[in-house]
Amino acid sequence: MWDAYLFEFVNFYLIPGLVLGCIYALGAIGITLTFGILRFANFAHGEIMMSGAYITWTIMTLLGAAGIVLHPLVALPFACIFVVGLFLLCDRWFYKPFRKAETIKIVIASFGVMLIIRSAVQVIWGPNQIAFVRGISQPNAWLRDVTGDMGAMIIMPNKHLWIFAGTIVIVIALSYLLNKTRTGKAMRAVSDSPDLAHVTGINVETVIKATWIVGGICATAAGVFLVMDTQTLETTMGFRMLLPMFAAAILGGIGKPYGAVFGGLVIGLAEELSAYPWIGTAPLLSPGYKTGVAFAIMVVMLIVRPQGLFKGRAF
Amino acid sequence: MTDAQTGAVLSLNNLKAGYGQTEILHDLSLHVNPNEIVAVIGPNGAGKSTAMKSVLGLLNIREGSVVLNGEEITDTPAQKVIEKGISYVPQTNNVFVNLSVQENLEMGAWTRPRGVEARIAEMYDLFPDLAEKRHQAAGSLSGGQRQMVAMAKALMVDAKILLLDEPTAGLSPKYRGEIFSTIQKIKHTGVPILIVEQNAKQALGVSDRGYVLVDGANRHTGTGEGLANDPEIARMFLGGGH
Ligand SMILES: Nc1ncnc2c1ncn2[C@@H]1O[C@H](COP(=O)(O)OP(=O)(O)OP(=O)(O)O)[C@@H](O)[C@H]1O
Ligand SMILES: [Mg+2]
Repeated sequence: MWDAYLFEFVNFYLIPGLVLGCIYALGAIGITLTFGILRFANFAHGEIMMSGAYITWTIMTLLGAAGIVLHPLVALPFACIFVVGLFLLCDRWFYKPFRKAETIKIVIASFGVMLIIRSAVQVIWGPNQIAFVRGISQPNAWLRDVTGDMGAMIIMPNKHLWIFAGTIVIVIALSYLLNKTRTGKAMRAVSDSPDLAHVTGINVETVIKATWIVGGICATAAGVFLVMDTQTLETTMGFRMLLPMFAAAILGGIGKPYGAVFGGLVIGLAEELSAYPWIGTAPLLSPGYKTGVAFAIMVVMLIVRPQGLFKGRAF
Repeated sequence: MTDAQTGAVLSLNNLKAGYGQTEILHDLSLHVNPNEIVAVIGPNGAGKSTAMKSVLGLLNIREGSVVLNGEEITDTPAQKVIEKGISYVPQTNNVFVNLSVQENLEMGAWTRPRGVEARIAEMYDLFPDLAEKRHQAAGSLSGGQRQMVAMAKALMVDAKILLLDEPTAGLSPKYRGEIFSTIQKIKHTGVPILIVEQNAKQALGVSDRGYVLVDGANRHTGTGEGLANDPEIARMFLGGGH
């Protein structure tokens, strides 16, 4: 059924694009929630993501030395505990003192937090890239055979299936939280109007804590998924993700979690598909310019529709 | 200093208060007795909204006191004030536009999480229009319906007093009438009301007493009827299109 082009398009561009999109989506959720509820652009978000990946890897290594082999997704929840703790400490020490001050102060504080976390990670784990060489990941044989029989063979390693499944679970849980629980509704209320939330008697500090918890879990998952995908740990990975994650949050509409998910998928797809040979046989854009795609989308969006696709807050 | 009004549900006594360094209320005293509707009227910028915010602990109070049922609550943070049963509807931005009507009411109940369902049902009885809109985003409703959501949301607490800041501003005469009659219904449930209004004549018409506020201090005080018929006040506020 599929010709060679479609086979290549789906397996080598579309699926990797969606994988990358899932990672951006999870990162962008935290950014958009922080922006909606605390009203500032958190530059430290990428570093939180990166530190989550390092902590997960450390848990796996330590237990591995004791003979217990953990799947990253099993180590992930434990790493989340550390990361959420880190987020809450950052809030207490660096963000809370600026809660009533002008936004620029807290933004600069987050910039400082970004540098502190990255340096701390470099001190603890070293500045060099850590690569896991496990050979080429084998595609999931079952999926390959079943889809192959239908004439639409999908080549997808298990890790990508895990990333999809993990993202879907987290997004469903998030939507349950925001729409069905008291705390989640209060998060939406504070995002809607902090002043009204205050005079409604909502405990805004509790809501802020909940925001860091949700953002921390999503960021850790994003970091771990990224490492599962690329098989490398780097102290600069968080910073590299920051631009596409912000682009995703802006595309979806600042303060809109579903918008962030959608924006993340679009940015991930756009980056991968920009390297597809749409015209002739050469990639449309050299893969080296991938990050430029996210930047271009962000700039265009800020000019033509600053409130984003889902009508978020305009700058 | 006059003493706090004995027997009043809420009293503001010789308040000097403002935002940061700027003093807006220079010497304000007013009180609300049980089963009363009390109107506060006055020109734009007189400090009417500021007076209400001072009760919610949103201001720097330099002198004077706020007393609720004999208990001093000066400078108490908003959350605590609401827990004590003060139900406040701000002048603008008084509903969560992205939340449904039902969710707005649930948020109103934040400080009293027990018996929420029953209280919501009571609110739908009081504001029948809202029942059928319960799953609609508050931001998608008309101005009058939004004002009703705001009032219902505020009343979700065990209200000892309701503070309404210009509930009929910008509404059509139909909704204005509806709001004023709802206010009287609320009064009959035993909740006294302090209301700031631009539609002075109508407000004084439903009020037991009224205060005229000018430049952050009381200018006139009297019964609703007395103020409404006072020629000087009529010239000042009631002459216009209200
Ligand atoms: N948040 C604020 N910070 C500083 N000054 C303020 C603030 N809010 C109001 N003011 C000032 O306080 C004064 C009184 O304002 P207030 O809103 O209480 O008037 P008002 O009587 O409610 O008027 P209106 O009829 O227009 O609602 C005004 O001079 C206003 O500029
Ligand atoms: Mg006002």
